[in-house]
Amino acid sequence: MIYKTIAQLSADLHAKKISSVELTQFFIDRIKRLDGSLNSFITLSEEQALTAAKQADEHFAKNKAGVLTGIPIAQKDIFCTHGVKTSCGSKMLDNFISPYDATVVTRFKEAGTVMLGKTNMDEFAMGSSNETSYYGPVKNPWDLERVPGGSSGGSAAAVAAYLAPGATATDTGGSIRQPAGLCGISGLKPTYGRVSRYGMVAFASSLDQGGPMARTAEDLALMLNVMAGVDIKDSTSIDTPVPDYTATLNDSLQGLKIGLPKEFFNEGLDKDIAQIIQTAIKEYEKLGATIHEISLPNSALSIPAYYVIAPAECSSNLARFDGVRYGYRCADPKDLEDLYKRSRSEGFGSEVKRRIMIGTYALSAGYYDAYYLKAQKIRGLIRQDFIDAFKKVDLILSPTSPTTAFKLGEKTSDPISMYLSDMYTIAVNLAGLPGMSIPAGYANKLPVGLQLVGNLFEEAKLLNAAHRYQQVTDWHTHTPEGF
Amino acid sequence: MSLTTTDVKKIAHLARLNLSETDLTTYTEQLSTILEFVEQMSGANTDHIEPIAHAVDVSQPLRPDVVTEINERDAFQAIAPQVEAGLYLVPQVIEG
Repeated sequence: MIYKTIAQLSADLHAKKISSVELTQFFIDRIKRLDGSLNSFITLSEEQALTAAKQADEHFAKNKAGVLTGIPIAQKDIFCTHGVKTSCGSKMLDNFISPYDATVVTRFKEAGTVMLGKTNMDEFAMGSSNETSYYGPVKNPWDLERVPGGSSGGSAAAVAAYLAPGATATDTGGSIRQPAGLCGISGLKPTYGRVSRYGMVAFASSLDQGGPMARTAEDLALMLNVMAGVDIKDSTSIDTPVPDYTATLNDSLQGLKIGLPKEFFNEGLDKDIAQIIQTAIKEYEKLGATIHEISLPNSALSIPAYYVIAPAECSSNLARFDGVRYGYRCADPKDLEDLYKRSRSEGFGSEVKRRIMIGTYALSAGYYDAYYLKAQKIRGLIRQDFIDAFKKVDLILSPTSPTTAFKLGEKTSDPISMYLSDMYTIAVNLAGLPGMSIPAGYANKLPVGLQLVGNLFEEAKLLNAAHRYQQVTDWHTHTPEGF
Repeated sequence: MSLTTTDVKKIAHLARLNLSETDLTTYTEQLSTILEFVEQMSGANTDHIEPIAHAVDVSQPLRPDVVTEINERDAFQAIAPQVEAGLYLVPQVIEG
């Protein structure tokens, strides 16, 4: 079954072939019927969705509709939504009803989209398999015994199973690209600062970035058009002009220089995946691109540096969860210290506690220079690698992940092996660059993702390269059996 | 870098977390493994490298010093675990 993309649904809505209420009801029915096996949603906001859909239909009646008016989407449960629970996948926020909307949520509302609900995720976005969620793991729709990837596993599974045509996600070390790859959909992590982080529950503030997930690059462009832009409420968002990302999708790739980092094609990469990536490279050559070997000599240091920087920032950000102002509070605290300690110990899961403790240690007196400062200097080395690479090439191409989706429970007892599943994605966050994953084929019936990385603010070039590839391949049109 | 259970107890206290005896053993092993893994960093020569915190070189933006937010105390306190007369309640800190 080939389902319609956001662009196609938009055309149908504008041609009045379908109403937003009908479309919204279609997705709500699919979620109710099919999500039991996936667990991709934490909250379904049916009532609010139908109200928003009715408003969208009124806009169509008055000819006041925009491109995304009436399009149903899902929000990752890390984005604060006024009046709808925002759990961030944690018991700590199981009772949290946000008093305000995240800027990303506001912008999608203003664009007239309809929020179907909030998608499951690793607790506080800490994980690569969606198994750390307080609400239970999400299953990969391509094989229900396997993980969808993480942390945006719910959004990725929902889009892959067509429970939503598009969804928001966030990426701190690969949390958009890795699940998009493992679920066979398209996902884009924008340049750090391109999309506002206001109202997006903070994990590692210098790395976190929100972005879209959908079936096609064209749909990502439509969603990024809404999401991107400076926000006075996020002082790290950057005030550079936002182009119309759909305008350059069809540009020619003639003469485009694509770099292959030799460090990403070494041992550790599954042979079938390597073969699929080679086939994709040939497609790019047919489209007029030239291929160049490049080197990112410090890329092996990106995971160790990340696992100092991200936990350090997480330990600081998650200090706010103290059982006093909102979120979980333990029963009958003896004194203030007991209130803090038991609320946090009972409210956080084990991966979150592990990272808080690593970060606390790395920032503690006497260890700061050896860990945090050293990691930030390595970040400087990694950024320099990319600066050098982009003097020679326009885009960097690699697999998104070293393996296809792994089995549930396979890596939960070994944190390091879980961390290594992000080995091709993490350096991109440390350097703040935009990156995306698009489907490029199957190894043993499981999707394989192709990662494209661009220079700062070159999302349009990434989307152009992805769109042209999707014009000559059909991987992005596949839907797993049973959905 | 190998941690002892005493180290992990101290870290947990700094992070305001309680650990059971079983948790303490597990976390001591896991945190030690993670710290050994990140040790790889020490082999990298970073002598003349500036540490970076923000990937894009930008200066912190400024805005006029005017009130932009309205008081939403009631909305914020509606989701608090325990409040009274507009105040957040916690266990007694100062002896009466």
